[in-house]
Amino acid sequence: MSARMIEQPWQRWAIRFALFVALAILCIPGLWVVLTAFRPNVEIMARPPVWIPQHPTLDNFRRIFGLLPAEQQGLPVADYFRNSLVISVTSTIIAILVGMMGGYAFARFRFRGKKAMFLGFMLSRTVPGIALSLPLFIVWSRLGLIDTKIGMIVIYLAINIPFTIWLTDGFFRQIPVDLSDAAQIDGCTRWQAFWKIEFPLARSGLASAAIFAFLTSWNEYALAAQITRTTNAKTMPVGLMDFTAQFTVDWAGMSAMAVLIIIPALILTFIVQKHLIAGLTFGGVKG
Amino acid sequence: MAEVHLSKVVKRYGALEIVHGIDLDIAHNEFVVLVGPSGCGKSTTLRMIAGLEEISGGTISIGDRVVNSLPPRARNISMVFQNYALYPHMTVRENLGFGLKIARQSPAVIEQRVNEAADILGLSPLMDRLPANLSGGQRQRVAMGRAIVRNPDVFLFDEPLSNLDAKLRGQMRVEIKKLHQRVKTTVVYVTHDQVEAMTLADRIVIMRDGHIEQVGTPIDLFERPVNTFVAGFIGSPPMNQLEAMIGSRPAGPVAVLADGTELPLPPEFAGRVTADQAVIVGFRPENLYPAGHGIPAAGQTLDMDRTVSLSEPLGTETMLFLDFGGREVQAKMLNPRLVAPGERMPFKLDLGHLHVFDRASGKSLRA
Repeated sequence: MSARMIEQPWQRWAIRFALFVALAILCIPGLWVVLTAFRPNVEIMARPPVWIPQHPTLDNFRRIFGLLPAEQQGLPVADYFRNSLVISVTSTIIAILVGMMGGYAFARFRFRGKKAMFLGFMLSRTVPGIALSLPLFIVWSRLGLIDTKIGMIVIYLAINIPFTIWLTDGFFRQIPVDLSDAAQIDGCTRWQAFWKIEFPLARSGLASAAIFAFLTSWNEYALAAQITRTTNAKTMPVGLMDFTAQFTVDWAGMSAMAVLIIIPALILTFIVQKHLIAGLTFGGVKG
Repeated sequence: MAEVHLSKVVKRYGALEIVHGIDLDIAHNEFVVLVGPSGCGKSTTLRMIAGLEEISGGTISIGDRVVNSLPPRARNISMVFQNYALYPHMTVRENLGFGLKIARQSPAVIEQRVNEAADILGLSPLMDRLPANLSGGQRQRVAMGRAIVRNPDVFLFDEPLSNLDAKLRGQMRVEIKKLHQRVKTTVVYVTHDQVEAMTLADRIVIMRDGHIEQVGTPIDLFERPVNTFVAGFIGSPPMNQLEAMIGSRPAGPVAVLADGTELPLPPEFAGRVTADQAVIVGFRPENLYPAGHGIPAAGQTLDMDRTVSLSEPLGTETMLFLDFGGREVQAKMLNPRLVAPGERMPFKLDLGHLHVFDRASGKSLRA
């Protein structure tokens, strides 16, 4: 630590520069998408590239919502957005409810096969989802779940629940068992002890688990592309592919839609962020 | 009225039996301390009384109710935990009032009872703080306050002082004793610290390996330990214990130590020991003292010159280490003067306070 304190100014600047380069590498593609969404096609195709949009426009957004009187038919972006929202929100809520209970059980109870089961959940995450897409497709078509929101929700639950269990198990473990014991002696049932004591203390953990679950379902492309077909269930990331025709790619429209995909995720992250970094200090117990 | 009765209480985890059928009767308003080394089953016993652990066998009753299958909330008990277990997201006031709120008391009643408890424990200036912003001693007091607001039949304490530093521990010990004198309630208190047990208890229950070794008042246990374990556990520093053989002499039985020293036994052991019996002879450090530096013995003493190998000055007394009977023993020197290691001093052993235990069973041979 002390070595850090007395670093030379040039070292500080070197570190800042390195950080800038690293961040730029991470951020420029995203920034480029945003910039592209707000400029006309001429600028997008320009060589050499135009960095700062010379003619900023919202036309790309108008167009994908079909608001331009032009000859082009708009895409059903509103439908995709609704599908994405319904699927993501539903699967997140269920995944958190079920995952929270599972995490609690793993953190608090002893039962046969606990370790194996926990390991199994983790291993299930190591299988790339796309490897399961063919069997999944066959099963889903037998069950009539192809191109349904339910079908997608079930898939995202299967992805998110093990992860939520794993995450919340860690958060519940940090809460001393004595707190629940104390609450039960104070007159709570086990259920009340959970909701009044352990749940509020695990809230920040649950919030981060919820973000992960939501973003997973919101951004997922590969499986959704296999299972969804129409405005019935097609989600935003899959909808992006509507902009590629046989010989052309509509970069402007695609970027505009990408911005629409990013915005809710950003908003959600900002809202829950304070929970993520909430310094809920565990002062109730020794330390 | 809240007596607590344990009858043949057993705790098993699978095939492993932790508590082996213990019996214990705790009187109304009695302060009972369960003490023993770690793993002796004392905390498990307490948690069974609390209802936090299921009972594998036997019965526990509080008052005249058998509580075996009652959940903790139905037992009208309160408990102070080793790590305090304050609710971190609630203020001191909310922590104190939580139990009453769960019991759906009116806000006015809660307010009044919480303030009463806060007054007793001196918590009034801290009411709006979170536990994280309290010192160890303050947290401890909040935990006790949370226990007393509900007017429980029985108070349970699970090693409440072991997270505090030595000075604070002494203060809180006094506060707990005062609290018990003020709020007369049945108390079951678990500790591994024999000083806490001695100073707080009306009666001490000494446990080892899931069995009760001895139950009695602190003085009882100190003066008449039933076996070598209790003799070694109660008292600080512990009793000196030496291996010996019984020899019979015209004047009565003697214990022959490893170095051949003969200790005439107090008359109460006559007829209770047999010649050539392998025994352990015990005496407390205060019964071995440099001549002129101890409580004068009422009866016979054994006088000897010994070399001091180490001295520990404690202010009002000095602990001396010396070789006696084939091993190192501790002596206590009152009105101490400076003693240099290697100094040779005349010592007196008060023979009236000898303890004799059977070596094989460890049991006291006292009547």
